[in-house]
Amino acid sequence: MQTDNQALIATSRFTLSPQERTDMENAKSHYPDPRAASIDALKIVQATHGYVPDGAIPAIAEVLGIPAADVEGVATFYSQIFRVPVGRHVVRLCDSMTCYINGHEDVLAAITAKLGIGYGETTADGLFTLLPVCCLGNCDKGSTMMVDDDTHGGLTAEIIPGLLEQYS
Amino acid sequence: MMLSSVGPVNRIARSAETHPLTWRLRDDGQAVWLDEYESKDGYSAMKKALKTLAPGEIASQVKDAGLKGRGGAGFPTGVKWGLMPPSDGVTPRYLLCNADEMEPNTWKDRLLMEQMPHLLIEGMIISARALEAQTGYIFLRGEYVDAARNLNHALDEARAKGYIGQNILGTGVNFELYVHTGAGRYICGEETALINSLEGRRANPRSKPPFPAAVGVWGKPTCVNNVETLSNVPAIIGNGVTWFTGIARPGSEDHGTKMMGFSGKVKNPGVWELPFGITAQELFEDYAGGMRDGYTLKAWQPGGAGTGFLLPEHLSAQMYAGGIGKVGTRMGTGLALAVDHTVNMVSLLRNMEEFFARESCGWCTPCRDGLPWSVKLLRALERGEGKDTDIETLLQLVGFLGPGKTFCAHAPGAVEPLGSAIKYFRDEFVAGVAMPAAATPA
Ligand SMILES: Cc1cc2nc3c(=O)[nH]c(=O)nc-3n(C[C@H](O)[C@H](O)[C@H](O)COP(=O)(O)O)c2cc1C
Ligand code: SF4
Ligand code: FES
Repeated sequence: MQTDNQALIATSRFTLSPQERTDMENAKSHYPDPRAASIDALKIVQATHGYVPDGAIPAIAEVLGIPAADVEGVATFYSQIFRVPVGRHVVRLCDSMTCYINGHEDVLAAITAKLGIGYGETTADGLFTLLPVCCLGNCDKGSTMMVDDDTHGGLTAEIIPGLLEQYS
Repeated sequence: MMLSSVGPVNRIARSAETHPLTWRLRDDGQAVWLDEYESKDGYSAMKKALKTLAPGEIASQVKDAGLKGRGGAGFPTGVKWGLMPPSDGVTPRYLLCNADEMEPNTWKDRLLMEQMPHLLIEGMIISARALEAQTGYIFLRGEYVDAARNLNHALDEARAKGYIGQNILGTGVNFELYVHTGAGRYICGEETALINSLEGRRANPRSKPPFPAAVGVWGKPTCVNNVETLSNVPAIIGNGVTWFTGIARPGSEDHGTKMMGFSGKVKNPGVWELPFGITAQELFEDYAGGMRDGYTLKAWQPGGAGTGFLLPEHLSAQMYAGGIGKVGTRMGTGLALAVDHTVNMVSLLRNMEEFFARESCGWCTPCRDGLPWSVKLLRALERGEGKDTDIETLLQLVGFLGPGKTFCAHAPGAVEPLGSAIKYFRDEFVAGVAMPAAATPA
């Protein structure tokens, strides 16, 4: 909630909430140089907005006291920082070699058949975005993926439709 | 919903003498929290180190134990620690834990952090004391949300007990430790890229020298060690050097235990803590149970995507750096992959090079341009539309991207499996070459 005496950093299109600011200040306190909180700050915005809107870049830059171009450089380098809106649920399918051997391409086809999207795309209803991800560290558990923060193993084409239907 | 890291490692017989990293694991795979950890002798090595040993004494025990880095390169930990300049008591010094684990088929740090967070924390407190570092960061990949939660909870417990913070247990030692979570990109695991990423920059590797020991994070002396490496330190201090150098199998030049695994279409895929020097055959048959019915072993890889492929006959090799070196590749992370007869090597390599091409940081030309080129050639061969020169071109790329030709070890890691696959399975690559137009039947 916005109150008069709380200093807010505003740009023409974007205002950081007091909570976001507090979280950023807390992240900054972990490091001798505020720049180190760049990724934390981007993730804080992403946690509330789902992605990092353009206006957040100069706002974060101001909190950290670094050029906006540097924040943008970081925001565009890391694959888990989203610079465009994503679906309500982000599906991250492991496409690394052990899951490949355990049939991840069939799983991908099943996801595409169910949702009508490929990697990097979002369903028309805004519910799902599909992304590839490096080995999730579950190589003994068959083909694996994350839906938001949940990790699912033993994936087969058959169980994909039911599994995705649990998310709405 | 949570998919826990519980697996075969929780089910085999373990003891403190033979399984220093995993003997405390619970059968149910739940995290071992402070009370249980302390009831199982936890933090006693930390107390011994902080109360009775000088920093140099801790470092020399780790050096004498012959502990080698478990992050893939196998550099002797004591030697690395010895590269840190003497402390002037003023300049900040940092200990960074590399918990970026993203290499395909590398899945050991996740389970250590999820189930045994206090062991890593204890290892970091002792190691930081040896290095006279007062601040540490665990650089954790962003997707490891369960590990992040468990590490942070364990840190809260350790802080409340006075094991983290100022004047630990009245010894005058200070150590502050934070979990820093990443946001993707495999290259963050390369130690100088990790330092750039921690500083809030793009994760391009830095040129060496200067080495991080002299000029690391924020320009200060820094040591980067892997999760498993640091998790070995408490037992070395607790049980002593003689014990540590005595637990590997005869013939092994590496000391101690290693988290080793086998995955793919084996009966019992898993990770286990095993003594260095066991044969790959034992790992494959006695632990992983051999191939599933209907599948035969065609090739295997000893330790992660960046290591070379080997043939079934090489399973007699001993699992330690020199043992795997003898059969022509690297031990890497020690988590092996079985490739079964249904897998086409061209397709598998296409999948692997897609990973390496996507994860290149783009800094140097051979890697940035060479890897996508290899993907293009492999895709053509996979479709049966390759040119007869494609295999030679791939072999040239293997040479151009080899050790010493690029800024970091990403490119050499990318071409090692490719070179070995062409060496052992050239027929499958040749089969992807389209018949020259003239020879195509009308
Ligand atoms: C592309 C690349 C990725 C790497 N990823 C990791 C990683 O995720 N975890 C890790 O411990 N080491 C990784 N390494 C190795 C580190 O650079 C470094 O050698 C290691 O963290 C040192 O720790 P250690 O001596 O305890 O093994 C990677 C190296 C390269 C070239
Ligand atoms: S070898 Fe590849 S990953 Fe390493 S610095 Fe060069 S471009 Fe980046
Ligand atoms: S390769 Fe998919 S979890 Fe390891």
